[in-house]
Amino acid sequence: MFSFFLSRLISVLVVILGVITVVFLLIHLVPGDPVQAMLGETATPTDLEALRETLGLNQPLMTQWWLYITGLLQGDLGQSLYSKEPIIDILMARFPATLELATAGLFVAILIALPLGSIAALRKDSIYDNSAMIFSLLGVSIPNFWLGPMLILLFSLILGWFPVSGQDGLLSLVLPAITLGTALSAILARMVRATLLEVLNEDYIRTARAKGLRESAIVIHHALRNASLPIMTVLGLQLGTLLGGAVITEIIFAWPGIGQLTIESIQRRDYPVVQACILLISLSYVLVNTFTDLVYGWLDPRVRYSV
Amino acid sequence: MFKYQIVIPSLILIVWLLLAILGPWLPLNPNYITLVDILKPPSLLEWLGYDDLGRPVLDRLIMGAGTSFFVAFWVISLSLTIGTLIGTISGWAGGYIDLIIVRIMDIFLAFPGILLAIALSGILGPGIENVVFALSIVGWVGFARLTRAQTLSIKNREHVLAAIALGASVPRILYYHILPLLMAPLLIEATFGIAGVVVAEAGLSFLGLGVQPPAASWGNMIKDGTGYMLIAPHLVLFPGLALFLVVLSVNMLGDKLRDRLDVKS
Repeated sequence: MFSFFLSRLISVLVVILGVITVVFLLIHLVPGDPVQAMLGETATPTDLEALRETLGLNQPLMTQWWLYITGLLQGDLGQSLYSKEPIIDILMARFPATLELATAGLFVAILIALPLGSIAALRKDSIYDNSAMIFSLLGVSIPNFWLGPMLILLFSLILGWFPVSGQDGLLSLVLPAITLGTALSAILARMVRATLLEVLNEDYIRTARAKGLRESAIVIHHALRNASLPIMTVLGLQLGTLLGGAVITEIIFAWPGIGQLTIESIQRRDYPVVQACILLISLSYVLVNTFTDLVYGWLDPRVRYSV
Repeated sequence: MFKYQIVIPSLILIVWLLLAILGPWLPLNPNYITLVDILKPPSLLEWLGYDDLGRPVLDRLIMGAGTSFFVAFWVISLSLTIGTLIGTISGWAGGYIDLIIVRIMDIFLAFPGILLAIALSGILGPGIENVVFALSIVGWVGFARLTRAQTLSIKNREHVLAAIALGASVPRILYYHILPLLMAPLLIEATFGIAGVVVAEAGLSFLGLGVQPPAASWGNMIKDGTGYMLIAPHLVLFPGLALFLVVLSVNMLGDKLRDRLDVKS
C-alpha cells in the first residue's frame, strides 16, 4: 500500500512541476515583446522597463523559472496588471463560483447517466436501450456553446422560467449546470451501460440470482456497487472536459468564475492572471485525478498490486 | 436493407467537404452588406435569412464550413503525424526515452481539454494559423499515447521478432511491420478527433479567439447571433445546426467504424 502511494506521489509531483513549467513558459510565447504587448503602443520606455523588472522578465530564463516556482510555493502569484490586486485574492474570489458550477454540472451528469445507463444495460437491445444510446450520441455531439443559447432562448426568453445569465441563487444555476453536464452525462451513460453489462455476466451475479435475491437488490447491491469503481475512474478523467467546458459555459451565462476571468484577462492582455487561471484549473484537475486514483487503489487491491 | 446510419451521415459529410472545397469558387457574397436586409428571417428566396449586419447567413455558413474543414484537416494531419512518430519511437525504444516521453505526455494530459488551447490562442493572438497550432499542441498527445500502447504490444509479436532476426533496420520495422497494424485504431482515433477539432475550433471562435471578422466560423456566427436571439433566432439556429450535424455524423460513422474494425475504445 505504501509503495503504491509513494509511486503515485512521485509521478504526480513530476506532472505538477511540468504543468507549472508549461504555464510559466506561456508568457514567452507572446509574439514580439510580451511587455510591449501588455502595456500597448503608448507605453514609455520607462514603463516597459519597470514592468519587465516587476515580472522578472529581464532575468535569465532559469532564474525566472526558479523565482516563479518559489513564488508559487509561498502563495505569491504576482499582481494583476489590470486591477493591481494580488492575483491570489482575485482567484480566491472567483474560484467558488467555478466550483459551484462544476459540482452542479457533475450532479446533472450523474443524475441523468446513472438511471439511463442502468436501464439501457438491464434492458439491452430494447427500445429503452436504443433511446438511451441515441440520447448519448446526441449529447456528445451537441456543442455546449450552442446548447446554452438554445436553452436560454427556450427556458429564459420564451418561457421565462430561469434567469438569462448571472449568478443569483439556485434558479440561475439550473441552465448552466444542464449546459455543462449534458456532454458528460452522455459519455457517462455509455460507460455505465458498458460496465454494468460486463458486471452482470459475473459469477457472483449468478450466485446472487441463485440465492433468489430480488432483481432490484442484485442490481443495486451487487452490480452497481461493483460497477461504480471503473465508472469513478472515467468520471475523474472526464473532469477535465467538465472544467474546460466550464470556461465556455461561464462565458455563455456570464457566470463570474475562473473561466470568465480567463477570457477577460486574455482580452485585457493581463497575462499573469491568464497564467494563474490555467494553473489553478489544471492543478485542481491533477489533484482530483490523483485523489480518485488513490481511493481506487485503496478500495480495490487489484489496482495497487498491479503497479 | 437501407443502411441509413451510414448513408445519411456520409451524405452530410460529403456536403460539408464539397462546400468547404468548392466554397471559394461559388458565387457567394459572405461579406456583402445589404442594410435593408438586416436580421431578415429566412424566406423562400433567401433560405437562411440575413445577419445583424445584413450579410447572407447561407453564404457565411458555407464560408464557415471552409474554416472548420481547413482547421480539422490541418490539426488532424499534424497531430496524427507528430503523435504517431513520437508514440512509436517511445514504445519501440523503451527505457529512459520512453520514460521521458511518457512524462511529457502526462504533463500535456494534465491540462483539461480545451483549456490549453484557449490559453495558447489567447496568448498567441487570434487567427486561423494560431488555432491550428494551439489545437495541434493539444491534439498530438492522444495519438502518441495510442500508438505507444499499440507499439508496446506489437513489438514482441513473431513477425516483428522475425524481422529483427533478419537484420531489418529500425525505421523499416516501424514502417513496414508496426505501422500497418496501427492503422485501424489510428483511423478511429482520427475520426473522433475530427469531431473534437471541429467543436474546438468553433468554441475558440465563439470565445473570440479563433478566426477574426469578417472571416466566418460557425463559432463566431453563434456568438454574434446570441445578442439577437429573441428577434432573429435563425442567427444562432443555423450555424449551430450545421455544427451539430457535422459532429453527429462524424461520431456516428466513428461508432460504426469502431464496430466494423472491432477495436476497443
